[in-house]
Amino acid sequence: MPQYFSRSANSFARFTILGAVCVLVAVCWLGYLIVRSPYEMMQNVPREQPVPFSHEHHVGGLGIDCRYCHTTVEKSSFANIPATKICMNCHSQMWATSPMLEPVRESYRTGKSIEWTRVNDLPEFVYFDHSIHVNHGVGCATCHGRVDKMPLTWQAAPLTMEWCLNCHRHPERYVRPRDQVFSMDYTPPPNQIALGKRLVSEYHIQSLTSCSTCHR
Amino acid sequence: MPESIALEERQRHTARPLDPNNPLEVVAPGTTFETVSEQISSIVLTRKTPLFWWCTFGFGLFLFVVFGISIAYLLAKGIGIWGVQIPVAWAFAITNFVWWIGIGHAGTLISAFLLLMNQGWRNSINRFAEAMTIFAVMCAGMFPLFHLGRAWIFYWILPYPNTMTAQPNFRSPLVWDVFAVSTYFTISVLFWYIGMIPDLGTLRDRAAGGFKKGFYGVLAFGWRGSSHHWRLHQTACLLLAGIATPLVLSVHTVVSFDFTIAILPGWHSTIFPPYFVAGAIYSGFAMVLVLGLPLRAVYGLHNLITVRHLNNCGKLMLVTGLFLAYTYLIEPFTAWYSGNDFEMYTVHNRAVGPHAWSYWLVILLNVVIPQALWFYKVRTRVVPLFTVSMVVLVGMWVERFMIIVTALDRDFLPSSWSNFVATFWDNAMFWGSIGMFIVLFMLFVRFLPMIPMAEVRELLPFSKPGGGTEK
Repeated sequence: MPQYFSRSANSFARFTILGAVCVLVAVCWLGYLIVRSPYEMMQNVPREQPVPFSHEHHVGGLGIDCRYCHTTVEKSSFANIPATKICMNCHSQMWATSPMLEPVRESYRTGKSIEWTRVNDLPEFVYFDHSIHVNHGVGCATCHGRVDKMPLTWQAAPLTMEWCLNCHRHPERYVRPRDQVFSMDYTPPPNQIALGKRLVSEYHIQSLTSCSTCHR
Repeated sequence: MPESIALEERQRHTARPLDPNNPLEVVAPGTTFETVSEQISSIVLTRKTPLFWWCTFGFGLFLFVVFGISIAYLLAKGIGIWGVQIPVAWAFAITNFVWWIGIGHAGTLISAFLLLMNQGWRNSINRFAEAMTIFAVMCAGMFPLFHLGRAWIFYWILPYPNTMTAQPNFRSPLVWDVFAVSTYFTISVLFWYIGMIPDLGTLRDRAAGGFKKGFYGVLAFGWRGSSHHWRLHQTACLLLAGIATPLVLSVHTVVSFDFTIAILPGWHSTIFPPYFVAGAIYSGFAMVLVLGLPLRAVYGLHNLITVRHLNNCGKLMLVTGLFLAYTYLIEPFTAWYSGNDFEMYTVHNRAVGPHAWSYWLVILLNVVIPQALWFYKVRTRVVPLFTVSMVVLVGMWVERFMIIVTALDRDFLPSSWSNFVATFWDNAMFWGSIGMFIVLFMLFVRFLPMIPMAEVRELLPFSKPGGGTEK
């Protein structure tokens, strides 16, 4: 009986089998990369805001402390967005007629809050307490990045659970002295691990990784 | 070498010389290499598709559509459309899962275990039994999948590098299930397919049209039937049989762990693994007969699926049914012997509680009626054997329902007691899965060789040393 397929069909079959394996591996690998990519996490994307507020100008340029505007970060689980009145402390005098700041003045006149777009937005099923992190030596810049270099604010960290757990499992790699928490240009010393271990025991930092720590 | 010794030697090699007068012969007399190939391949290639096929396929397709609608509605609304409610959080879904996966076990027992045991008779029924296994496992897998509620994130039960760095809980028997069932499915598909390659080669060679030739040619993986090919093929089959054999016992053992690992009275029992495995093989053989008997009649396979096969399957059902009867006896005994109030109450609840009908139905269908299999005439006649098989299939489904619901609805705290009432969608999903099984099985019957030609040829005396001269 003559062969139905030509000799080259063998190579074709082998190539397709090999190709199928390669494609499968490639698809899995691509999926692995995409789900944690900055694109998927909306990382490094400046968000549209009602007023183009620049942290670069206010923090980097003018040197205003984080807590001047974000007043509750040390006391509350929730890191607040400043009220319009805080803006008007300065802007009733400075740039008081700038058209760019009209939404701020309008909010001040009407008492209706400015609807800022939330940049670092954790899912609703995550319990997050801002004050405990600030009070135990987690620097602002550790999670929020160098906001003093952001003309418009973007999300600096991926905010994946993997990213949260990375610090919860190894807090000594990231903690800093309490007096450096609000410093933007703090760089970890070469003995970070030794210092970190000391701070972890000094601040009684627990490595909390059970599900119900965050998913209550 | 003297003539008599040579003859003896020959008979020793000829495992079972063909005896035309023996009604329990595994292949009927008059079957040759050529008739086997022609008979089986013509079903796929040349013969007109019988009306029986169209009717069964149509019926299956209808139920399959019902299955699709149930799944769509389930995904849209959530599992609240079922009758499940705390404390009966599992009911039909897991009953169906255990029932289906149990059915698969007979296929593996026939194809792997009996191969290693050198039971030649399994050769003619192993292909469709193995197909039954694969389709039953597919149906089984649907239920835990959709019982998850959010079926679209089913992959969370697999260990994979995710952005949560979360792994499944390896102490949970439900995770063991995932591994047991996926291993079972993979091995079954491989074994089935590799076993089929020589037959696909036969189909390719006998197919007339170019498309058919190409279709079976691709599937046959370039099989030429050289002795090198045969040697590799035999080795692969034996190796796969070696891997598959422990699965006959392990898969349903793991499934039984879903229950025994929980501390619920009525579930928390060491007898469960053998109890479940026996039940699995019991229902599996029933399914083999429920599928095999109509196929045999419709496609005229009496020469290949002989009275001997029916008799053997009947005997295996009887044996596994007696195992099961033993566990039914031991369960109340253990409860009484334990002196534990909750254990004893579960037995009491099963016998006289709101689901007592299921308990007594199980005893009737799984223990009382199948005793008919003691009779040779029941084991070897089509109608009684088919009836008993159907009875066992129903009985085994009710048994799983009884185990699951009667243990859950009356647990330790009377304040949390409730009752389970199945909804329309519970039933639709179950019957729908039967539709999916029928559709897949009918497609298999139509497009693939349902009897392994190559393995049946091995049974013929011409394939034995010296057999050729003896015919």
